[in-house]
Amino acid sequence: MAYKNYILVCAGTACESNKGKALYEALEKEIKAAGVDAEAQLVKTGCFGFCEQGPIVKILPDESFYVKVGPKDAHEIIAEHIVKGRKVERLLYKENKAENDPRSNDISFYRKQLRIVLRNCAVINPEIIDEYIARDGYAALEKALFDMTPDSVVKEVSDSGLRGRGGAGFPTGRKWLFTKNTPADQKYIVCNADEGDPGAYMDRSVLEGDPHSVLEAMTIAGYAVGASKGFIYIRAEYPLAIERLNTAMAQSREYGLLGEKILGTDFSFDIEIRLGAGAFVCGEETALLASIEGNRGMPVPRPPFPAVKGLWGKPTVINNVETYANIPVILLKGAKWFSSIGTETSKGTKVFALTGKINNSGLIEVPMGTTLRDIIYDIGGGIANGKKFKAAQTGGPSGGCITEEFLDTPIDYETLQAIGSMMGSGGMIVMDEDDCMIDVTKFYLEFTVDESCGKCAPCRIGGRTCYNILDRISKGKGQPDDLQKLKDIGHSMRKASLCGLGQTAPNPFMSTMKYFEEEYRAHIEDKKCPAGKCKDLLSYSIDEVKCVGCTACARKCPVSCISGEVKKLHVIDQSKCIKCGQCFTACKFDAVKKG
Amino acid sequence: MAKLTLNDLRKLRDETKRNMSQRSTEGKRAEVVIGMGTCGIAAGAKAVFDAFLDEMSKAGIEDVTIKQTGCMGLCFSEPTVEVICNDMPHVVYGNVDDKTARRIVREHLAGKALVSDHIFDKPSTDIIKNAGK
Repeated sequence: MAYKNYILVCAGTACESNKGKALYEALEKEIKAAGVDAEAQLVKTGCFGFCEQGPIVKILPDESFYVKVGPKDAHEIIAEHIVKGRKVERLLYKENKAENDPRSNDISFYRKQLRIVLRNCAVINPEIIDEYIARDGYAALEKALFDMTPDSVVKEVSDSGLRGRGGAGFPTGRKWLFTKNTPADQKYIVCNADEGDPGAYMDRSVLEGDPHSVLEAMTIAGYAVGASKGFIYIRAEYPLAIERLNTAMAQSREYGLLGEKILGTDFSFDIEIRLGAGAFVCGEETALLASIEGNRGMPVPRPPFPAVKGLWGKPTVINNVETYANIPVILLKGAKWFSSIGTETSKGTKVFALTGKINNSGLIEVPMGTTLRDIIYDIGGGIANGKKFKAAQTGGPSGGCITEEFLDTPIDYETLQAIGSMMGSGGMIVMDEDDCMIDVTKFYLEFTVDESCGKCAPCRIGGRTCYNILDRISKGKGQPDDLQKLKDIGHSMRKASLCGLGQTAPNPFMSTMKYFEEEYRAHIEDKKCPAGKCKDLLSYSIDEVKCVGCTACARKCPVSCISGEVKKLHVIDQSKCIKCGQCFTACKFDAVKKG
Repeated sequence: MAKLTLNDLRKLRDETKRNMSQRSTEGKRAEVVIGMGTCGIAAGAKAVFDAFLDEMSKAGIEDVTIKQTGCMGLCFSEPTVEVICNDMPHVVYGNVDDKTARRIVREHLAGKALVSDHIFDKPSTDIIKNAGK
């Protein structure tokens, strides 16, 4: 008999790291203890996206949305909600206090979202293939194998307007067509799951929450271009995703949906996993292929493109996780439906990992063309602690900043490029007035300098030089011609670097110099950091008039550099001060000054 | 499990879809809300819940959600069942047992006719408005 209630528990990495596993086990125990195991099914599912409020428990069919649930809440949920049918009010997500138990679809975090890629995340148990099949899983593969020719599959993908979700946005159908039209005895399908941007976890969540969608799409791609072998290149830092992929692959092999003679046809296709060691450059396709071949992960010049000459010199389709996750839906609902979503040049949706100074950080999926304002203020719930929005960083270390004036720009590949950023894989870091753009830029550049493979000089030497310049600017030792120097080196790096890593490494400083030149000048000319972030340009002092001698600051100071007697003026010893800012926060009389 | 053929896959999909349909609330035309407070359970609401699930799967009805709620305050006529159908008046049934539950499925949900002899007659509007919400 069917169950009466379904308890969906998030088992994504974000929630698992927040006692999600203990919560699952506690619920399991409580269900047994209450004797309701025949009535309520506990479902371990993928990421709900609302990570800010995790761990999340959703009860169906009631659609009750419990947030910040801990293992100790398990008893109450089972004893009250499942046994007695009474909702546990204190755990329900409430947008505003007056509202009574909103259904999950009505929560504004979800209202403006359109979940195509994440269609099964937080709906099915990713470790059970039957649940994927119940959600029309493998129906697209069925359609491709029995009702479509390889040509018509490629045409459908081309017509849909789907573009690569990994960064540059190359039309997926064109890639497939190149590979299809290149004659070869062996072709390969590769999935790029080497997600490396700081703060980005779209691909991880798809693999953890819906691994079969990627397997199905790769098999379809294999059929379309005539490949019998696939590789998923995934970084070893994603153990849960790897585990789920392995489970999923074993299940589809058992069902004959992967392997020899799929569904009784003459088409055979199998997939292997290759673990990456976590080098950022291996997200670049030629470096990734080199790494799969067992060589050091370094890029080679293109052309020839992998679509023509890829893995072991054979034509290779290489797409990223999110791109693949779109494929089954496109085949099932049709190119026309898919191309009706989005903007003129960018079709479908995009998943973003929304992080930084925002109230609802999490994983979101919106139609292309959604404005940044909608994302930050409606879905993201605005800037945390009532601060002012300064910029949003997209595209990771290869991207740039979007400033306030562009909040209403519809986001797609072209518009982002036009304003000096890029879509990238979809990391979106929101910054407020307390963030220093030089500090942020330095962080990204340090990352690319660190990750540069060192093969070509523009990237290896240019990146290091620019980092040194930024570093001295942040320390108040900037020189008047530093901005020009950064621009010159940046242009050369863009033109002369071998691969995308070096070509895009200047983007963070090129973009911030364009929109925040004033802030750069303040660092260089006035030796001041307006945001109060660069420690070397910062000093704390105590106002003689305002200080009442309460000793609060002196007690907080970790290096004991504040001296003064009770009810008398306190003084900071600048030579010992480490500029941690604790005195500033501790003072209740506004007597500690920052500047 | 042996390898699937096309027909196996289609069959499996239909089967799993049915199993998961109770989980989803999309595209449902009606809602059955069963009072499962202590009073409801004591009066046999659990058996009524089972009867609903069983009869609906027998009748092949998939577009109805069954939910449970707490006590509606009508403890004297438990088990109570509220039926919210898109194109019919909201109705609260009282003293529902296994047999009545099956009649509600056949007559109300499938046949679109109220099971008149079990309707809880004109309950206070404020109770009905808040019930099950």
